[in-house]
Amino acid sequence: MSTQLLAEPVACLMAPIPCRVRSVARELDDTFTLELAPPFEGWSFDPGQFTMLYAFGVGEVPISISGDPGDRSRLVQTIRAVGPVTDALTSVAPGDMIGVRGPYGTTWPVDVAEGRDVVIVTGGIGLAPLRPAILHILEHRDRYGNVTLLYGARSPSELLFADELQEWRGRFDLEVLITVDHGDRAWRGPVGVVTSLIGRADFDPQSAIALICGPEIMMRFTRQELERTGVTPDRLYVSMERNMKCGIGLCGHCQLGRFFVCKDGPVLNCADMGESCWTREV
Amino acid sequence: MSEVFELLAGHPFFRGMTDEQVRVVAETGTPVAFPEGTTIFREGGHADSCYLILDGDVALEMDTPGHGAQVMMTLHRGDLLGWSWLYPPFRWSYDAHVHSDTKAVRFDALKLKSVSEADPVLGYALMKRFTQTLVNRMQAIRIQLLDVYSTPR
Repeated sequence: MSTQLLAEPVACLMAPIPCRVRSVARELDDTFTLELAPPFEGWSFDPGQFTMLYAFGVGEVPISISGDPGDRSRLVQTIRAVGPVTDALTSVAPGDMIGVRGPYGTTWPVDVAEGRDVVIVTGGIGLAPLRPAILHILEHRDRYGNVTLLYGARSPSELLFADELQEWRGRFDLEVLITVDHGDRAWRGPVGVVTSLIGRADFDPQSAIALICGPEIMMRFTRQELERTGVTPDRLYVSMERNMKCGIGLCGHCQLGRFFVCKDGPVLNCADMGESCWTREV
Repeated sequence: MSEVFELLAGHPFFRGMTDEQVRVVAETGTPVAFPEGTTIFREGGHADSCYLILDGDVALEMDTPGHGAQVMMTLHRGDLLGWSWLYPPFRWSYDAHVHSDTKAVRFDALKLKSVSEADPVLGYALMKRFTQTLVNRMQAIRIQLLDVYSTPR
């Protein structure tokens, strides 16, 4: 009886809801944005959360939600093809079905950041999990101080959401600085790692909140550079990526020190993380 | 007070140094301006100076056969440009190409070495700052080499 009581809710949480693919947009050679019908009416998410997406017959992967949290009419996810499941997910066509569980995980501290400067540092596909937070902040722009987006990409042709970045750069209430690791003479912007942009950003290091997402190495160096400018760890937030399997803190595959990234993260506060940020993935 | 001292006094690079130390360093410097499209120095040229960028953007480029000029890194307001003057063979390692109108202070390398050797405390203070810049650039290049944004397969 007790086993049944435990098993039923877990089984429910582990059962993906079939969702129809409405559109597929190619962002980069290996990166696609899917628009899905929401799993059910009233479905919503908060910036920073992820879903487990199931390519039927292939497998399931955690994918950050990249859509607008204020728009409940669609579920938008940006996926980079890096393995069999993401290959399958990026090969879908409008009308196909994908399994969805979630949303899961912690959120970007958009409420805590109100009244403060916000510095957003991201690289590569890391812009996708931060896009909902950026859209939320822009939707409620008067609640925040200076907002700066620092974005690093591999090359000028690998800028994610390039059109939107261009649009954001045109705003007077958002500072957008973009750098690439590998440039050429045609690229007139900065060349170098994203941390090199931090010194050029206009934010108050004594009170600003920093949101960081990208490859783990990039996040570690960004954290160090921000701390060097005076941003304390309790105001630094990172989105971690580990081997998430169940998405609900049961299987332990995503353990990072004392955290289960799927349940206690993916967004983690650096002061809370302590030394865990140096824990290597196994 | 000299114009160069005024330019350097509040600069983060000199933070922690005394006014007198900054004044001595300022005497080795000259304000310079480079219009967009000009080349400040070329790879292989004699490295007899270094620059503190006050405003503008400068690309460090290396000419590679078949690929033309490859931009290794860009430098901006507040950055130090050039350290080849510190160590033999005193030749520039890159071209420095001006991306946007740039203002800087140009330091005469011989004079800078001379004041550093005359006052080892000042020399050490400067060397710590140059070394920090070198370490930061090396770390940045290492991350670039890791190609962290490439697709993991």
